Amino acid sequence: MLTFTLRRLLVAIPTLLFISLIIFLLVDLAPGSPLSDIPLTVPPDVRQRMIEALGADQPVFVRYLLWLRQFFWVEPAYLLDGWLGTSLAEGEQRILSWQSRSPVFTVIGQRLPQTLTVIGTAYLLGVAIALPIGIYSAYRQYSMFDQFGTLFAMIGFSVPTFFSGTLFIIIFAVWLGWFPTKYDTQLSVTDWATFVEQLRQMALPVMTLGLANAAVISRYMRSSMLDNMTQDYVRTARAKGMPERTVVLKHVLRNSMIPVVTVIALGIPSIFGGAIITENLFGVNGIGAALIGAINASDLPMVQTLAFIFAVLIVAFNLIADVLYGLLDPRIRYD
Amino acid sequence: MKLRTALLGAAAAFAMAPAAYAERGADGEVKLTFPQAVSIMNPYLSGGTKDIYASSMVLEPLAGLDPDGTLVPKLVTEIPTLENGGVSADLMSITWKLIPGLLWSDGTPVTADDAVFTAAYCMDPAGGCAQATKYDGVASVEAVDASTIKITFTAPKPNPYNTFVGALSPLLQKAQFAACQGAAAPTCTDQNSMPVGTGPFKVTGFTVNDTVSMEANPNYRDPAKPAFATAMIKGGGDAESSARAVMETGEFDYAWNTQIPPDSQAAMTAAGKGQFVVAFGTLVERIEMNTTDPSPDLPEGERATAKHPHPILSDIKVRTALSKAIDRSILVEVGYGAGGNPTCNVIPAPAAWASDNTGCLTQDIEGAKALLDEAGWTDTDGDGIRDKDGKKLSLLYQTTVNPIRQDFQALVKDWWSEIGVETELKAIDPGVFFGGDAGSPDTFQKFYADVEMYANNSDSPDPESYLGQYQCKNAPRPETQWQGENINRFCDPAYDAKFAELQKTTDLATRQTLAKQLNDMVTKDSMTVIPLVHRGTLSAHSNALGGVRINSWDSELWNVADWFRVK
Repeated sequence: MLTFTLRRLLVAIPTLLFISLIIFLLVDLAPGSPLSDIPLTVPPDVRQRMIEALGADQPVFVRYLLWLRQFFWVEPAYLLDGWLGTSLAEGEQRILSWQSRSPVFTVIGQRLPQTLTVIGTAYLLGVAIALPIGIYSAYRQYSMFDQFGTLFAMIGFSVPTFFSGTLFIIIFAVWLGWFPTKYDTQLSVTDWATFVEQLRQMALPVMTLGLANAAVISRYMRSSMLDNMTQDYVRTARAKGMPERTVVLKHVLRNSMIPVVTVIALGIPSIFGGAIITENLFGVNGIGAALIGAINASDLPMVQTLAFIFAVLIVAFNLIADVLYGLLDPRIRYD
Repeated sequence: MKLRTALLGAAAAFAMAPAAYAERGADGEVKLTFPQAVSIMNPYLSGGTKDIYASSMVLEPLAGLDPDGTLVPKLVTEIPTLENGGVSADLMSITWKLIPGLLWSDGTPVTADDAVFTAAYCMDPAGGCAQATKYDGVASVEAVDASTIKITFTAPKPNPYNTFVGALSPLLQKAQFAACQGAAAPTCTDQNSMPVGTGPFKVTGFTVNDTVSMEANPNYRDPAKPAFATAMIKGGGDAESSARAVMETGEFDYAWNTQIPPDSQAAMTAAGKGQFVVAFGTLVERIEMNTTDPSPDLPEGERATAKHPHPILSDIKVRTALSKAIDRSILVEVGYGAGGNPTCNVIPAPAAWASDNTGCLTQDIEGAKALLDEAGWTDTDGDGIRDKDGKKLSLLYQTTVNPIRQDFQALVKDWWSEIGVETELKAIDPGVFFGGDAGSPDTFQKFYADVEMYANNSDSPDPESYLGQYQCKNAPRPETQWQGENINRFCDPAYDAKFAELQKTTDLATRQTLAKQLNDMVTKDSMTVIPLVHRGTLSAHSNALGGVRINSWDSELWNVADWFRVK
């Protein structure tokens, strides 16, 4: 297992470098300019000087190598400096966003907390809702409950979040006035009142995303349970006279969880990736909102760095899912 | 006893009430929301309106403009004029006097050196200053003494109120930005996100593209202002959600740029929590005519250049017919509601500068048809599309991806098909269209289409530099890497001569007459530009917020110091 993990990690390095090059070229070749947002009243010569000040007029390979150096050397060195008080990154240029001229990692650092809180909660909530629905739907296949669960999953699957989110805003914020529609990122939870405030402002985005997540996972859970319910070992367990509860929740569930855990693990990078539409809709301003904002503004360093981090996370969680699979299922061994 | 206590309380409340109006920070927090989040608080490094408006709460110029376009002193005792000797008789210099005892928010005095530094900061070619035009024609900025700033020009300036006037050229603090000049400008993250200013608020927290937190500037020059103790600008989302947060849920006090469809405007106003306000500046949505041939059959480098005049649109009768076929009031009704007015002018405001050109306001389909007949375009093969010498009257009409613009395209296409003109529509991503990338065929400057639609405006009430765009030399062409503001490649020596006259003229009334004539030359006389809608900026404010005076000549938040809570 260890050799397998190490081998996979080594293979990941050239893969990631290749991915980074592809992302860089894709983002660079995409049409658009970092200055498309500024008014037409700014004359062309001034625009040209602004482009030069950004360094955006450099040849593409120069910028790529510079980015690689900044990402793999300057930024880690800067991080170490922060922890150990060394001065490795002194005088080095960090990766700067073209939109805000502030370091990309500072922006990510500001945005990660709300993404993790909101999207993470929605994911956990989605899983917590999905598992029982999936289990019971499979156990009582074609019952009223199963039909209802299928309907719920269909709605979650097919209604896009920009629609369900707007619907929730109109019902719960405009008509009922229960929750705010804009997320206050500056709110710090210090006492009971601010905690309640935090829960209130998380309610709508978490509800929107939780519905979508729960729909997906509950379907996986259900079909995995159904696969196992008809297995011979289930009949054997019943024949031994085990209580139904033990048969379902111990024997069937444990075996059914194997693929579901993998699906859940593979979904975790999307928590870091944020939810572009939902974040924008509720003003959560997490990573997803940063990415779409940067794409709209052709902020190449920001898009490149974020896309690359997502690539790293996806590669990492694929590996984790594979390892987890081996751990959960004794039949699977990689060595 | 109880009654007495109550009466005492009431009396105390009455006694306190007038005092509350005249006290800094008595009204709590004011919350603003922008659909586009603020990226940077230094307007010199950002041309984005969102950033300029946000920074105007903190950084101030020497003088600003009020809603009528009149100059109002901010950091100076009075506006320099020829009469009071502030502007030299030869129009070569202007001298500003700072208010005595003026302090930055950190408590240090504001001096003329700060102005000298600010000019040097923006005029440094390595800094990539976005507001370099505010320092055009400036030979030097000197500190005559600690509170006197003298700006000398390279040539006589009939309108000397450009540098240090308006939200685009505020004063920066020399002490804070000294190390940020030139190539270092973009790397000064802390300075650029939390500049020290003289405005009513100072920045206490800044998260990029998300929230700006501010508190009342303790050293603001008016001790009774601002009424709010803290302010915050939350960014992100879209126009609809910003408008909703003010008009329907009441979470925010002010939302900038809430451009939403007319029916949504009416529905939100009905909720009764706030109101929309419109600032009419000079923003005009227009259709630009290409005077050059954009045919893909021409070799690259000659396509859409002055070498090949447009085969169809070179005829003024065709251009006039296209304008006549459009019903501008329907466009306003469909797209902008209260936020727009039909117009025939490139310069629709201020009133003193706007031509009385109203000829295009009534749609005239029959007149348009007659003109096309006259021009020799007739439908010989009976397919509903006019033709001449075997060539069909077919146009490519491009604009950006935007729901209102696509509605406009569909309506105009309909009207044009009524007069026998075939129209092919094209919508381009705004980032590409306005991106100015010389390698892309889809920029508005390259204009590889017959007609295109977008909006443009003058950034000051005096439209000199705006009118200068239509000079021959400003045409985008391969030699200029397709940069230039004369999108139509309009070229009329008479226009250039008249513009040169405008540049030399100092008398205000004559300037206005010249500007009107120039406006007419590109619109009704030559039909090179077909103005459609004079657009306002639609913003929303809560009924609980008082003091809002919307302004299109300066930052919309120009008088945020006077805002207060309606009780």
